[in-house]
Amino acid sequence: MDKNRRNFLKVAGISTLAGLGGTAVVDRLVAGSSIAHASAAGHNVDQEEGSKGHGEQIKPSGNRYGMIIDIKKFQQDPSLGEKIVAACHSTHNVPQFPDKKDEIKWIWMTNFENAFPDKANKYNDEATETHQLPILCNHCDQPPCVRACPTKATFKNKDGIIMMDYHRCIGCRFCMAACPYGSRSFNWRDPEKFVQNVNHVYPRRTRGVVEKCNFCDERVGAGKLPACVEACGESKALVFGNLNDPDSEIRKMLKENHTIQRNPALGTFPSVFYIV
Amino acid sequence: MYDSGKIIPGLIIFVLFITIPIWYNRGGAGSVPKPVLPKDAKTCVLPAAEIRAQHMVLLNSWRDEVIRTGDRGTFEIEGKQYKKSLMLTCMKCHTSKKQFCDTCHTYSSVKPYCWDCHIAPVE
Amino acid sequence: MFEKALKGNNYYWMWLAFLGFFIAIAAVCYLRQYFYGLGLTGMSRDVSWGLYISQFTFLVGVAAGGVMLVLPYYIHNYKVFGRITILGEFLAISALLMCLMFIMADLGQPLRGLNVMLYPTPGSMLFWDMCVLWGYLILNALCGWVILTAERKGVHPPKWIYFFVYLSIPFAFSIHTVTAMLYCGLPGRHFWLSAIIAPRFLASAFAAGPALIVVIALILKRVANFDAGKEALNKMVTIIIYAAIANMFFVCLEFFVGFYSNIPGHMHTLQYLFFGLEHHGHVYNNLVPFMWAFVALFFVGIALLVNPYTRKQSDLWLGVGCASIFFAFWLDKGIGFVLGGFVPTPTEEIVEYIPTINELFITIGIWATGFFILTVLYKIAIGVEHEIEA
Repeated sequence: MDKNRRNFLKVAGISTLAGLGGTAVVDRLVAGSSIAHASAAGHNVDQEEGSKGHGEQIKPSGNRYGMIIDIKKFQQDPSLGEKIVAACHSTHNVPQFPDKKDEIKWIWMTNFENAFPDKANKYNDEATETHQLPILCNHCDQPPCVRACPTKATFKNKDGIIMMDYHRCIGCRFCMAACPYGSRSFNWRDPEKFVQNVNHVYPRRTRGVVEKCNFCDERVGAGKLPACVEACGESKALVFGNLNDPDSEIRKMLKENHTIQRNPALGTFPSVFYIV
Repeated sequence: MYDSGKIIPGLIIFVLFITIPIWYNRGGAGSVPKPVLPKDAKTCVLPAAEIRAQHMVLLNSWRDEVIRTGDRGTFEIEGKQYKKSLMLTCMKCHTSKKQFCDTCHTYSSVKPYCWDCHIAPVE
Repeated sequence: MFEKALKGNNYYWMWLAFLGFFIAIAAVCYLRQYFYGLGLTGMSRDVSWGLYISQFTFLVGVAAGGVMLVLPYYIHNYKVFGRITILGEFLAISALLMCLMFIMADLGQPLRGLNVMLYPTPGSMLFWDMCVLWGYLILNALCGWVILTAERKGVHPPKWIYFFVYLSIPFAFSIHTVTAMLYCGLPGRHFWLSAIIAPRFLASAFAAGPALIVVIALILKRVANFDAGKEALNKMVTIIIYAAIANMFFVCLEFFVGFYSNIPGHMHTLQYLFFGLEHHGHVYNNLVPFMWAFVALFFVGIALLVNPYTRKQSDLWLGVGCASIFFAFWLDKGIGFVLGGFVPTPTEEIVEYIPTINELFITIGIWATGFFILTVLYKIAIGVEHEIEA
């Protein structure tokens, strides 16, 4: 190619790139806040989020939600287990697949040695041997799954709940490998036909995303208790509250009862405590 | 021109192929979609032109506010408080996905995947 | 230079057609998987990564192995590798493209793949993996292409390319280190939670990558009239031997730590992989034959590579030896390492993984695509070599 043509192409190429890049940069600077917001009455909303997630710093609110699970109550009333699983799974449209490998579960009953593999005992008491207890996402304070997620599709919200953004999840399942408690499930296929009792005020998920317990963030945000806690009724088998509030019921119970956590040696600092 | 016996017919076929959208449906322009508006509400979250252009931007910002920032604050229209939610606000007035959402989406060949997860109202 | 790939003898076209057949099957299988979901694979809630990610892990190593040619030639001026550094660079390109294809095949929502770039998360090793994989791919493509073009024109490569060549060397080490960090930083998987994972990955990469290059060089001598040179191959075999022994040494150390400390977390996965685990009356051992095949192939390979006759006098046995090493480490990393990490599960249950036919064909198809790209790239490189020599 002769030199003049080459130089021309070089200049043309670089100016095109500069032009495209420049317009993109200028657009970004001018855009700032994204839309005319739905605040017809001038409702004040924190505009820091933006539509593309710039400035995605989530300011902690000072709350930290946690849960106490009283194992003895589940031993005394074995029907509670079914109730809490049904309450959770029906509230959140969790599907039930015929093939076990596609299984999705947010909360489920399991044996003591599976919930606490680090506390394996050869000589367990009879109640522990014969009864099961519920396990769920621990909503850790130092969650390995949040560290692992490459898109921040799973993140810790301002109240310490580990949330899932199903819009952003790319389904890489790194969080599932990272979770030391096996709390996460993946939608291996389209769940639409497998939701038993559809709850019309909560969405489903689509195939290809990871899901897990979300501490009923939508109910807690409306001042209600999580579905599983509510399903326990008066028995106080599950207690939910703000761990950072020293006067809360959960803190009182933590003071009065000896509790254990799942695999504390891993440094995850779970928010779920078990009364043995 | 070398190989003009191959190139000219090839060019003609190419031009015909690339202009298919123009001549394939000639004379049969689809009618402008008429979404069925809700009877009991007068104003939407935003004025009609804005909401038509920006409803996805609005929904995405609602999602980020509710899920990420944790701001479940409500907003007011005509004296009533509404949540920032597709299923609990939008679909409460626009109660038929087929008669409202689908009319424009089908016309403009848009296939949003909202309904993979967000449960459309029972028709 | 692409025109070099458009002219070839019958064997060349038959080989490409053979690969194309498997690529077509894989395309159909992938479409089935795309519309149904990943449930069409053998992966489950408890073994959430399977054949795709395990192949990706192995192939990152193969890609990194190319540095064992680049490093001696460019840094230590080992002129003998002059003709074959391009083989290493082009192998890296094809291996990295295979890695990216395996990742895309494994994603639940592949169309959202760009989210990793739109929402960069420096705390996540998967983000850095994407960065270094793309970086190394671009570096190899750039360096390989520019230097090959310069050779073709009979001039020295431009000075600025050497910056990228030198940059590609730490990148090669980093791609496999970062991939290892994907695994060794996860607190819940005790089989993976070991500092030696990264060294083990690098050692097996530096054995498997060059082993594949030696095998291909021997094939090219026969079908494409391209002789890499006895001294070059000999040096590569030396590198392969030391790297393979280092990897085995690391595996033995893992065994020692697990079995001498008797800590279940370190021990159980090794037991599952090599001896089978008994759990509630059922023995789980579907990977045991693979792991002992790994050990056997390693010894066979090392014996063939160390023995002076098979190493120097016989192309066939040299090729068999290198292929043994390659398959051995494919079994070790591709099958044992990744799949083993999920057994036992975090709740001490055992769920085994068996890939489905659909999954196997997608895997084979992606390997075929990689070899297709490799064949085309090597055809170009050899075409240029022949042109210069003429």
